[in-house]
Amino acid sequence: MSKVIVVTSGKGGVGKTTTTAALGAALATAGQNVVVVDFDVGLRNLDLVMGAERRVVYDLINVVQGTAKLPQALIRDKRIDTLSLLPASQTRDKDALTEEGVARVIQELRAKFDWVICDSPAGIERGATLAMRFVDEAIIVTNPEVSSVRDSDRIIGLLDSKTEKAEKGERIEKHILITRYDTARAARGEMLNIADVLDILSLPLLGIIPESEEVLRASNLGSPVTLNDATSAPARAYTDAARRLKGHDVPMTIPTDRKGFLDKLFGRRAA
Amino acid sequence: MNSTSPVDANNSIRFCIRSYIAFVLAPQAPIIEWLTQLDNWTRNSPGFFDGRPVVLDLSIVKLGRPGISHLLAQLAERGIGIIGLEGADASQLDSSIPPLLTSGRSAERQDQSGAAPPDTSPADKAVAAPPASDEPTSLLIETPVRSGQTVFFPNGDVTVLGSVASGSEIIAGGSIHVYGTLRGRAMAGAKGNAHARIFCRKNEAELLAINGYYRTAEEWNAAIRSQPIHSWLEDGVLRVAPLE
Repeated sequence: MSKVIVVTSGKGGVGKTTTTAALGAALATAGQNVVVVDFDVGLRNLDLVMGAERRVVYDLINVVQGTAKLPQALIRDKRIDTLSLLPASQTRDKDALTEEGVARVIQELRAKFDWVICDSPAGIERGATLAMRFVDEAIIVTNPEVSSVRDSDRIIGLLDSKTEKAEKGERIEKHILITRYDTARAARGEMLNIADVLDILSLPLLGIIPESEEVLRASNLGSPVTLNDATSAPARAYTDAARRLKGHDVPMTIPTDRKGFLDKLFGRRAA
Repeated sequence: MNSTSPVDANNSIRFCIRSYIAFVLAPQAPIIEWLTQLDNWTRNSPGFFDGRPVVLDLSIVKLGRPGISHLLAQLAERGIGIIGLEGADASQLDSSIPPLLTSGRSAERQDQSGAAPPDTSPADKAVAAPPASDEPTSLLIETPVRSGQTVFFPNGDVTVLGSVASGSEIIAGGSIHVYGTLRGRAMAGAKGNAHARIFCRKNEAELLAINGYYRTAEEWNAAIRSQPIHSWLEDGVLRVAPLE
């Protein structure tokens, strides 16, 4: 049975696209058939993060409007052949999306893939509401910071009222993914801590992704974090989150980047 | 072929009755002075009446047809569109004057200063008193109230089992009880009930209001911030105290 998931947040720049790519790649590496869909029409990014920007011919808008067939627009990843990308259009805007068109595309994707992961644009307007409209589950990406948390709360309200499932009286399963978490800064009170965020949003936690230079490095190389260096702290955190998404019971930890031998030695002596 | 009626005889025209919320302006004599007061007030709240339906209650002043027409023209000049009249003498009305409305019910009294002066006369209080209530009703919300959501329940108390998020609001005709953390706005007694109260288990509220009297988060001191609190109205002053 296939699952359609939206990665959303309300606020921009919190890590939706990074998360979409990382989780998609992690699930695909585990043998699942995965497609990641870019809903950010006009400001597409997912193709860059996936390293597929030079292979885009047709896009989501072409498929929604019926000028291209779905298989023509899907781009298969060169590293993992169970991972595909449906890119957004950069030249159009969100008004080019129609509800019927999106419904049809999601339906077709459901038939082809185990996981359909939709990368929502920021905001609460048409692009964001259509990205969440037909999903089964939602991942709400939040930074440990008040404005991000309040925007996430707003999005959760929309997920509970504006999605097809919600309108039918069914529940959408929702998960919180905290990104850019810095344990040291949270301990100093410069960031909201995990308990604060979960207290405000009152939803289950899917994972905690530590703040790391690796995220930007991977993004610039056009590689999902989980593929670029699978042993890095954010990659391990995303891999754990992907396993939780599949229903595995993985203890919640905040991975840290490996330190050099001398650091370890020094750290151990100092402790 | 009979072509007199374009309406299919089998399809009767359907009517329904619907009620709307409107502001009621009740001018007092002398009208000139009342208009000056109105101008003073709208200067502080420009655009307040823009696009809002307003009903003119003429039960206090007795005006003839020219008087009514003049008043309507004066209000139109100020951008206040009158959709109907109340308390006017039906014989004074013609087709150029908005229709007479009946069976309206008094609701929330819009206080004219925003910050609600505490010196409301006894006569005002009588108007503001809640109408003899029907069945007691209440609303129970078992889920968290999310940012951007408004819960509007004019008929009684609202109880929220979860938290009320920053950027959301609860508006209740009666009292408000929040068993989670209150981070948004809570407005109790919104239909003009000074006896309404607000209770919450943890006060992080942006604004508390009862019967139009309000206080914002800026005024919370350590004793009531993040504490279980209780808020009530005392002689036109909103009190907030820790809940013992």
